[in-house]
Amino acid sequence: MELSLRNVSHAYGETQVLDDISLRVPAGQISCIVGPSGCGKSTLLRLIGGLERPTEGEILQLGNPPAGCLNPLTYVFQDFALLPWRTAEGNVRLVLEEHRLTYSEVKEITYDVLGRTSLLEFRDVLPKNLSGGMKQRVAIARALAVKPAVMLMDEPLSALDAQTRELLMEDLVRLWLRTPFTSVYVTHNLAEAVRLGHRVVVLSRRPGRIRETVDISLPLDQRDRGNPMLADIENHLWDIMRDEAAEADQELVHGG
Amino acid sequence: MADDLSAPKTTMPKTRMQVSEARPVRFRGGGFRPARRRWLGPLVFVVLIALAEWGTRSGWIGNLTLPRPSDVASTLWEMALSGRLWLHLAPSLTRLFVGATLGVSAGIAVGLLIGLFTYARAALVPLVAALFPIPKIALLPLFVIWFGIDEMSKYALIAFGTFTPTVVATYGAVDNVDRTLIRMGQSFGLSWHSIVRKIVLPGAMPGILSGLRISLAIAVILLVAAEMLGAEYGIGAFILEAGSLYDLERLFAGVTILSLLGVTISFALGLVEAKLLNWRS
Ligand SMILES: Nc1ncnc2c1ncn2[C@@H]1O[C@H](COP(=O)(O)OP(=O)(O)O)[C@@H](O)[C@H]1O
Ligand SMILES: [Mg+2]
Repeated sequence: MELSLRNVSHAYGETQVLDDISLRVPAGQISCIVGPSGCGKSTLLRLIGGLERPTEGEILQLGNPPAGCLNPLTYVFQDFALLPWRTAEGNVRLVLEEHRLTYSEVKEITYDVLGRTSLLEFRDVLPKNLSGGMKQRVAIARALAVKPAVMLMDEPLSALDAQTRELLMEDLVRLWLRTPFTSVYVTHNLAEAVRLGHRVVVLSRRPGRIRETVDISLPLDQRDRGNPMLADIENHLWDIMRDEAAEADQELVHGG
Repeated sequence: MADDLSAPKTTMPKTRMQVSEARPVRFRGGGFRPARRRWLGPLVFVVLIALAEWGTRSGWIGNLTLPRPSDVASTLWEMALSGRLWLHLAPSLTRLFVGATLGVSAGIAVGLLIGLFTYARAALVPLVAALFPIPKIALLPLFVIWFGIDEMSKYALIAFGTFTPTVVATYGAVDNVDRTLIRMGQSFGLSWHSIVRKIVLPGAMPGILSGLRISLAIAVILLVAAEMLGAEYGIGAFILEAGSLYDLERLFAGVTILSLLGVTISFALGLVEAKLLNWRS
């Protein structure tokens, strides 16, 4: 399944947040969206996921979600959004209980996704006892459990420290290589974007417009840290973003 | 310390080594974190009771000022043996249980409505604010007219008294449920019912339980008041009778029962909290 955004604009009251965004999210690829803070990245993701309606334009699903898909558009949140009163396994089960699955199906899916995120031995642990990286892995396992057509990831690694972020990036690459998934991956971190993105969409500061779209053809498994080609792309992205970020930084915050 | 600082002799500039004197950094953290001391609470009781016992025995406290704790204890013991204790305790506990169950469950239901629905909130919050400060005991005569002199009016009083604080605690707790968790539920396509049952209610549980502490304390106060105003049996009636006879030992026996009731309720709630809220860090 693909997504297509046509001339999407969005405003909160008087504040124009997104301006005329047209974008195609191809199947089986990770599309990264980068842009200065406050440019409307999270808003764009909420529009794509159907949590809000755009003031103008339309967001289309092209084709049908794959067989067995329980929740076509599935989020991974920056702050994990785990239920603190449920264990790792309970948090995964939460999203399966909603569907008509037999006991053994639920069990099978739960064990499969916890295994893929190397969490099987922590399945009975409450979130309060998990590290940040493990919490986000639980959240990723939960997202995988519903076999999403598109994973909507809003700065999924931004709440983690640099080392954990590095490890989780490797985990994500491995997960993708094993079973390619479609994802819109929002980040303000250019290193993440060039490591994970098949294409990188750069937004301008608010109101967010598409400044440039960069396709990265290098396969994910060849993108080691410090690869010179990636460094070049990262520098290029930074050149585009630098002025936008500087100006965004000077703006006063309105409302909230 | 001084030795450590000057250890790498070759690289250390001379001026550094002549630092006047070394002293440990002053500790300024600590405090603001009450820890658990299980024995201290009971110890306070023991000391106070021992003091009263010693005072009354030595004549330092007159026997009209305070009854001797050991006499109160033997009164309680006699009451327990003769069955009079149970005669008064049973109806009180029943009233407390029925009244508080009615009030608390209605309170949680209305609190949830206010917390979840715009119109319920707009319509009911002012009403609750108007009902909250009414001294419920003042309404007892009204309840007697409405529900009759016997049990029903007492249930109603306790229910009404626990209802308003539970409503306020519940909708406050619902307001405080992490919105990102609700958004998460919606984004996974959870039904409205599942979101309320699996996200809102557990998330509001800490606030509801701490509201319950207040509600149940109010329930005990109202119970005694209602029983004082018209009941044959019950702790309140027992205390009233003892008081009118200036029988301080029985009066204090009754008061002791109430205190024990309060401690038991608080302890039971503590157990429930430890069980239900073990997920809190
Ligand atoms: N619900 C909302 N109501 C009003 N303004 C909002 C709302 N959500 C976001 N905004 C505003 O929209 C702009 C973009 O926000 P957001 O999409 O969160 O940016 P980003 O994720 O790129 O940092 C910000 O200026 C923010 O203040
Ligand atoms: Mg954001």
